Amino acid sequence: MTRSATELAVTEEDRRVAWLATAAVGLSLVDAAIPTPLPGIKPGLANIVTLVVLARYGWGTAVWVSGLRVLAGSLLLGHFLAPGFFLSLTGTTLSLLTLGLARHLPARWFGPVSLSILAAFAHIGGQLLLARAWLIPHDGVFLLAPLFGAAALVFGTINGLIAAKLLAGPAPEETPHA
Amino acid sequence: MKPWLALIRPGDWLVMLGSAALVGSSISVFWQGGLADRAIIRQEDKVFAEVDLRNKRQLEVDGPLGKTLIAIEPGRARIVSDPGPRQYCVRQGWLMRPGEIAICAPNRVSLQIAGRTKVYDSISY
Repeated sequence: MTRSATELAVTEEDRRVAWLATAAVGLSLVDAAIPTPLPGIKPGLANIVTLVVLARYGWGTAVWVSGLRVLAGSLLLGHFLAPGFFLSLTGTTLSLLTLGLARHLPARWFGPVSLSILAAFAHIGGQLLLARAWLIPHDGVFLLAPLFGAAALVFGTINGLIAAKLLAGPAPEETPHA
Repeated sequence: MKPWLALIRPGDWLVMLGSAALVGSSISVFWQGGLADRAIIRQEDKVFAEVDLRNKRQLEVDGPLGKTLIAIEPGRARIVSDPGPRQYCVRQGWLMRPGEIAICAPNRVSLQIAGRTKVYDSISY
C-alpha cells in the first residue's frame, strides 16, 4: 500500500474535540425532536456541552466543539445552508463571543448559570437580528422578542444548572479509547 | 432542590434578576400601543368624531350613499350597518387593537382604533 503523501497526525486534543462534538450533536438531535409551541424556542441542550467544555478545556476548544456541532448537526437534520443553518450559526457565533468575554467574570460570584443565561440571550438576540435583517424584513418579528427572552431566561438557567452539576463532579476519564 | 440551589452563585442571582427585568421591560417596549382607548371616525378625509372607548354609544355618519351606523363599547368599536354593496367593513366585526381600521370605501367612512401611542398598520404604513 502506498503511503499517503499527507500524513495527518491526530492529537489528543483532536480526539477530545471529536468526542465532545459528537455528544453535542447528539444533544442537538434530541433538541430537534422535542416539540415546541413556537419555532425558535427550544431548550438548546447542546449548550450544556459548550459550557462544560469552556470551563474544562478553554474557549478555543469550545469554539471547535460548537462549530462542529452546528455543521454536523445541520447535515444530520438536513438544513445545511438553509435559513435554519444560518440562524444557528449566527446564534452560536454571538453566544461564543459572549462566553469569551463573560468567562473573565470573577468565578467566585458568577458561575455556569450566569454564563449560560448570557449566552442564551446572545444566541436569541443574534437570531432575531438576522431574522429581521434577512428572513422577515419587518419589525413584526420583534413582537416575539419578549417570548424569546423569557425562553432564553428559563432554558438558560436550566442548562446552566445542569452544566454546573456536571462540573461539580469529578472530571471524566480522558478520551474513552486513548 | 437544595443541591441545585447550592450551584447558583451570588452573581448568578443578579444575572437572573437582571434578565428577568429585561424581559419584563421588553414586554412594554415591544408590545406597545397598549390598550385601545379612542376611536377615530373619518368621513371624506375629515375627522368626523374622536370618541373615547369608555361608554356605550352609537353614532350615525352621513355619506354619499346614506347613513353608516357605528357602535362604540368599552374597549371596542364596530360598524353596525353601512349602505355599501359589499359590506366589508361591517363583516370585519369588532375592532379592539390600536391601529385596527375598518373602511367603508363606497360611503367614504372609516373607523380606526387608537391607543396612547401611535402605531402603524399595514394599510397606513
